[in-house]
Amino acid sequence: MMRPESEEELAALVAGAEGPLRVIGGGTRPIGRPVAGETLSVSRLAGVTLYEPGALTLVVKAGTPVREVEAVLAAEGQRLPFEPMDHRVLLGTEGEPTIGGVVAGNVSGPRRIQVGACRDFLLGVRFVSGEGKVIKSGGRVMKNVTGYDLVKLMAGSWGTLGVLTEVSFKVLAMPQAEATLIRRGQDAGAAVASLSAALGSPYDVSGAAHVTAGVMEDEALTLVRVEGMAESVRYRAGRLGEGWELVEDGQSAALWRRLRDVEPFAARPGAVWRVSVKPTDGPVLTDNLLAEGLEHAAIHDWGGGLVWLLVEEEGDAGAALIRRQTAALGGHATLIRGSEELRARVPVFEPLSAPLAALSRGLKQKFDPRGILNPGLMGV
Amino acid sequence: MEMPAPDPKILSRKQLIVERLLSVLPEDAVIHDPAETRAYECDALTAYKCPPMAAVLPSSTEEVSAVLKICHEEGVPVVPRGSGTSLAGGALPTADSIILGVARLNQVLETDYENRFIRVQSGRTNLSVTGAVEEHGFFYAPDPSSQLACAIAGNIAMNSGGAHCLKYGVTTNNLMGVKMVLMDGTIVDIGGPWLDSGGLDLLGLISGSEGQLGVVTEATLRILHKPEGARPVLIGFDSNEVAGQCVSDIIRAGILPVAIEFMDRPCIRATEAFAHPGYPDCEALLIVEVEGSEAEIDEQLAVIKEIARRHNPVELRESGSPEESAKIWLGRKSAFGAMGQINDYMCLDGTIPVSELPYVLKRIGEMSKEYGLDVGNVFHAGDGNMHPLILYDANKPGDLETCEAFGADILKLCVEVGGCLTGEHGVGIEKRDLMVAQYTPDDLELQMRVKDVFDPKWLLNPAKVFPLEATESRRAA
Repeated sequence: MMRPESEEELAALVAGAEGPLRVIGGGTRPIGRPVAGETLSVSRLAGVTLYEPGALTLVVKAGTPVREVEAVLAAEGQRLPFEPMDHRVLLGTEGEPTIGGVVAGNVSGPRRIQVGACRDFLLGVRFVSGEGKVIKSGGRVMKNVTGYDLVKLMAGSWGTLGVLTEVSFKVLAMPQAEATLIRRGQDAGAAVASLSAALGSPYDVSGAAHVTAGVMEDEALTLVRVEGMAESVRYRAGRLGEGWELVEDGQSAALWRRLRDVEPFAARPGAVWRVSVKPTDGPVLTDNLLAEGLEHAAIHDWGGGLVWLLVEEEGDAGAALIRRQTAALGGHATLIRGSEELRARVPVFEPLSAPLAALSRGLKQKFDPRGILNPGLMGV
Repeated sequence: MEMPAPDPKILSRKQLIVERLLSVLPEDAVIHDPAETRAYECDALTAYKCPPMAAVLPSSTEEVSAVLKICHEEGVPVVPRGSGTSLAGGALPTADSIILGVARLNQVLETDYENRFIRVQSGRTNLSVTGAVEEHGFFYAPDPSSQLACAIAGNIAMNSGGAHCLKYGVTTNNLMGVKMVLMDGTIVDIGGPWLDSGGLDLLGLISGSEGQLGVVTEATLRILHKPEGARPVLIGFDSNEVAGQCVSDIIRAGILPVAIEFMDRPCIRATEAFAHPGYPDCEALLIVEVEGSEAEIDEQLAVIKEIARRHNPVELRESGSPEESAKIWLGRKSAFGAMGQINDYMCLDGTIPVSELPYVLKRIGEMSKEYGLDVGNVFHAGDGNMHPLILYDANKPGDLETCEAFGADILKLCVEVGGCLTGEHGVGIEKRDLMVAQYTPDDLELQMRVKDVFDPKWLLNPAKVFPLEATESRRAA
């Protein structure tokens, strides 16, 4: 495994590479079509470059452990607002998740519904292109429209366009308090209607999920989270959830951590899909899949717009049926957990329309003309 | 400002090209009489003017596609135009180009409150998007100050921001999907009323690409429920340093105001004389606005006022009524008009790390003396997006050039301290040649390769964003 200690060394390694490279951070997120090639790890490019709490700005090397980033921020009462998932729980992987891996996968959690995704907080990147050139885009300021936004493009490109070396974020303060409203026994349709009402209110809901019966508890759970100053949390929880159960602070945080990491599926065998649809289509999707004979368990996050599906890992693990739904309803499905054999056989990422596939291939070719960076991982 | 020389081969074929355009558009949608094309000779950067060869006003995505297909075949450059409010010359034509105006694409196609989005045609104005949903208590968050006139198409092209983006983000954070036509006429759908991308984030790439990658005809936008209320507080200080420190302290305290606006003394004086908002005569003024219920607002403002008091403000005025709120905002909102009353001005929008604010303001003051031109500063302090307004006299020979040189020095200073050339206006032609101050040749080469993918012939919105010499070989190809 190659583990360069500097950006220059990394650039030289990529420039001199004679075959495909399997680019990793901590290696805790084996997602995408398996890549053959020499492993290139950025884990030694670590450390905080700059942190200005008063400007809500953090610049870190890509190989910095997420744990370390979170600790540095917590010491100043701040956090990564987009609540990145720790994939070790669901995927059963070991190792140290890195901040570069979070960016490469545009990894975001339940709070994404309110504040935005990883890519929305990413202010700038430095990376090494497939030609071994050091490139920067964006910077460390919150508003920046200088030139094309390669920052967004790099987020969620899974190391196929370049090897991230440094990333900068807008961070936010941790709230004083949080509370979660819980309602039991709703079906998915009724739950999403409740969640839509909460998200369409002026009360700044920062989590809106529905867990079907038997997944976390025997009964189905509908969950709504509010965060902020203590009085405000009390006020908004009161307005939102008359007659709902209420859990606060530590208990509330523990619930959302389990949801963030899709922990209820961790110990259960099977393939796991992550499907993004229009929120009211979430229950339509799961109903249609059942009608088509695809047995599954489901967790609905993002007000219904993010559906985690646990299916049996046999045949195509439901790929054709699920993608028939995303094609009809609009949206996209990604296979997050599946054996290497399955991921080699089934398109892990949503197949694109012909013109978008051509544009994506074109970008890959321009950023990595030799096709050596995580080739085939995204199926482009 | 140098622009590429028009291609005589295109100019000589004007009649044929116009006839082809008339074959796919109604007669009133093709403007080719030189007396009428002058209406499109510039945008809000009025220092530069050039009438296009023709202008077209399609009414559907299919018409946009047909126009682009013809221009692609004929090798004619196309300049997309929203409402022409760009301050950076983003819609400046070349003499051999066709202006493609989206003004007739102004319909609301779908509103969905349950799923919290609206789908509109891209020529619809920013404010009228909110207008379409406010009856239900919703709004569209990005609020550039030209929002009464500016089109969503232009907002996407420039990734527009506004006063409230500290909390709500800029266009790219509120854009969920687009229907877009590529230069060869291909119609593509990117994203939709769901979140994130299933593949590469092409939507993120389109936002802020200044109309150089495709022509957006429809947009799916996130809408939010309005907060229960909002209230500003006005804080005056006798030094820029202290005002800057106060901004930083508010943010560190964990409060996220929806807006933190900053005005310096020249700007305060100009707006006071122009709009009489009753501002104190002080060195620096902050307007901090928070949102929520009455009690939530009280809770947040209590913290903010406590922080402000520690910095010995010369004035601390909390709004007690909607009228008082309007008055506090009046000066800020009329700042550009007030400066325009004094003289012609050039508005910059470099962004800096908030911590560099006092140093940058001091340097701008020194440079103002060196160049002999007055400058007022009004800006979004929470996110470091500055708006220095340099005053000059357009009728005085050489003044514009001096002003441009001064402006370029300010922007280079922004980059030097860790910021960027433009926070929300875009590069256009105005900052094109300064791109080398922020980016290396390798950085720029990769950005230009993105354009190679979307528009291999480099026909869309020519001579913007990149330095002319850097694009020469591509434009000639």
